[in-house]
Amino acid sequence: MIISNLLKIAYRSLSKNKLRTFLTMLGIIIGVASVIAMLAIGEGSKQNITASISSLGTNSVMIMPGAISQGGVHLEAGSSQNLKKEDADIIAQRCEDVKFISPVVQRGSQIIASSQNWHTMVYGVYNIYFQIRNMTIENGSGFSESDERSAAKVCVVGQTIVKNLFGEGNNPIGELIRINRIPFKIIGVLEKKGQSAFGTDQDDVILAPFSTVQKRMLSTTNLSMIIASAQSEELMDDARNEITQVLRERHKLMASQEDDFTVRTQSDLSNIFGSVSKVLTILLASIASISLLVGGIGIMNIMLVSVIERTREIGIRLAVGATSQDVLIQFMIEAIFISFLGGLIGVFIGVIASGLVAQFGGWPISISVSSVLLSFFFSAVIGVFFGWYPARKAANLNPIEALRYE
Amino acid sequence: METHISVKNLTKVYTMGDNVVNALGGVSVEINKGDFVAIMGASGSGKSTFMNIIGCLDLPTSGEYFLDGVNVETLNKDQLAGLRNKKIGFVFQSFNILARTSAIENVELPLLYDGSVNNKDRRERAFEALKSVGLADRIDSMPNQLSGGQQQRVAIARALVNNPVVIMADEPTGNLDTRTSYEIMEIFQKLNEKGSTIVMVTHETDIAQFALSNILFKDGKIISNIKVANRKNATEEFKKMEELKTETI
Ligand SMILES: Nc1ncnc2c1ncn2[C@@H]1O[C@H](COP(=O)(O)OP(=O)(O)O)[C@@H](O)[C@H]1O
Ligand SMILES: [Mg+2]
Repeated sequence: MIISNLLKIAYRSLSKNKLRTFLTMLGIIIGVASVIAMLAIGEGSKQNITASISSLGTNSVMIMPGAISQGGVHLEAGSSQNLKKEDADIIAQRCEDVKFISPVVQRGSQIIASSQNWHTMVYGVYNIYFQIRNMTIENGSGFSESDERSAAKVCVVGQTIVKNLFGEGNNPIGELIRINRIPFKIIGVLEKKGQSAFGTDQDDVILAPFSTVQKRMLSTTNLSMIIASAQSEELMDDARNEITQVLRERHKLMASQEDDFTVRTQSDLSNIFGSVSKVLTILLASIASISLLVGGIGIMNIMLVSVIERTREIGIRLAVGATSQDVLIQFMIEAIFISFLGGLIGVFIGVIASGLVAQFGGWPISISVSSVLLSFFFSAVIGVFFGWYPARKAANLNPIEALRYE
Repeated sequence: METHISVKNLTKVYTMGDNVVNALGGVSVEINKGDFVAIMGASGSGKSTFMNIIGCLDLPTSGEYFLDGVNVETLNKDQLAGLRNKKIGFVFQSFNILARTSAIENVELPLLYDGSVNNKDRRERAFEALKSVGLADRIDSMPNQLSGGQQQRVAIARALVNNPVVIMADEPTGNLDTRTSYEIMEIFQKLNEKGSTIVMVTHETDIAQFALSNILFKDGKIISNIKVANRKNATEEFKKMEELKTETI
């Protein structure tokens, strides 16, 4: 038997029943499209989280006041305000694995520039903070040593601040803005970073010298946190241990007492969020796989019904000399074709749907070639798997009985 | 004379639970090249059972069957399919052509299952077959656009497209009116004149008169096998019919 003839036979049969063919295909289309969209969404959010974590800096280590409660949730800031600038200084002196360090203070402030006003968080940091956090100054410069020493009223602003106070594209270097009524001169503008995976606008920020914010804007010596960076990625855990030891000593904690601070490295964060997004991806993928499976069962269902409905047709084919194998192959080709084309359309719709999610939902997506190949391959396998039984059934019909079927 | 079909002591027993039906009780007959046989008999006398067996659609319970020199008994399922494909053309009472499939595609069907026929030959042969049954201008018509007689002619074209050893027809005119039945007989007579061997089941005596010989079945046995004395010619019958019509008017 020539396979090209059987292809022709299967093609004729499918094209003569376009609606049935399409309905059978629909299950696979929806299945494949949802697998692709779900994987794209899962993968996209994973990548976004990874990007956000790396935007926290390079090898950065964060030291926050207060202990972690059970379950790993950090207690509300203020539960124990016990980090001081001197803590940062002593870590800088004594911890060899720490490369850079900066204390951080922050205050939500009202900003006014000429007629515009805006509310944002103002951070007081050392100049080295930019390096620790991988922040690039696009325009102008950071703070100098003397700015820090003299508590100079200068600041570096993010793009959102520029946009809201001066309008997009304007150069605000040298302009004066009032932060809680104190006039500050803008000396630098940060490069745009966009939204983080956690939904915060990373460009809605003002940075000023540490001493300026602490002395001129705050009435306390408590720090919000200390941010440091380890000498290298491998040394992050060592840095954490050193810092813990030094701080416990300085805070005069007994062996039985828990830490009154929390040290978090960047890899801790990637591990936490990495596993969260993995769970998310697995969850989404399994929901989608179930719909693909349901699509496969749909193929089997319609193929089985059509074997019964087409009993007479099969009888005619057998009567004019088709072998059982010819009938088997014809039905298999039909099933595979349906799942193949359905898979193709599904990939197409899945990619478009992912694009729409990204466009209108503002959700990050990432379509990987492997997810496309995987779902496509899976749909073809489903065609073979669920097409086999009905095809077998059709092939084993007895010609006389099939012809007599009403 | 060349023998196309030779059966000896053919029996067929259907068992359904306790119920045993002897559909064929020892049938022996020879059908030669160029024969045009009409098989007659009451309903339930075993005509269809016999046709299905010699058409290789079914197997006998016992007995010998040679088709064109091939011992059918020794063949497996696939070889039987091959035989149906190359040596037999079957015409059914209920046409049995594929729905939503054009006349020419229906006629092409047996050749699609024959790997030795290429695309071009297949089209040409299907067209020639349709032409010989007078449907050259309806090759692209769908079954629902054709009358019963035309559908049966498509089925006949399909039965002869593979140049079979025998054309077998089980009550080919059973669903047709007299006039259309005569049209079908005209086609059969012409094919027979050109050398086709035809075996046809009918229970209508006047239709049987178009054949060369009549075999009569009763209770699964052949009780007579006679030459037709006053053979009717379909073309002439048509003429008579036309005359009758004009007279009535
Ligand atoms: N598939 C079958 N199962 C059981 N009995 C059958 C079957 N086919 C035919 N028969 C019986 O065999 C006998 C002959 O049937 P058949 O050959 O169809 O007769 P005919 O075509 O002459 O009317 C009948 O009694 C019929 O009931
Ligand atoms: Mg019958």
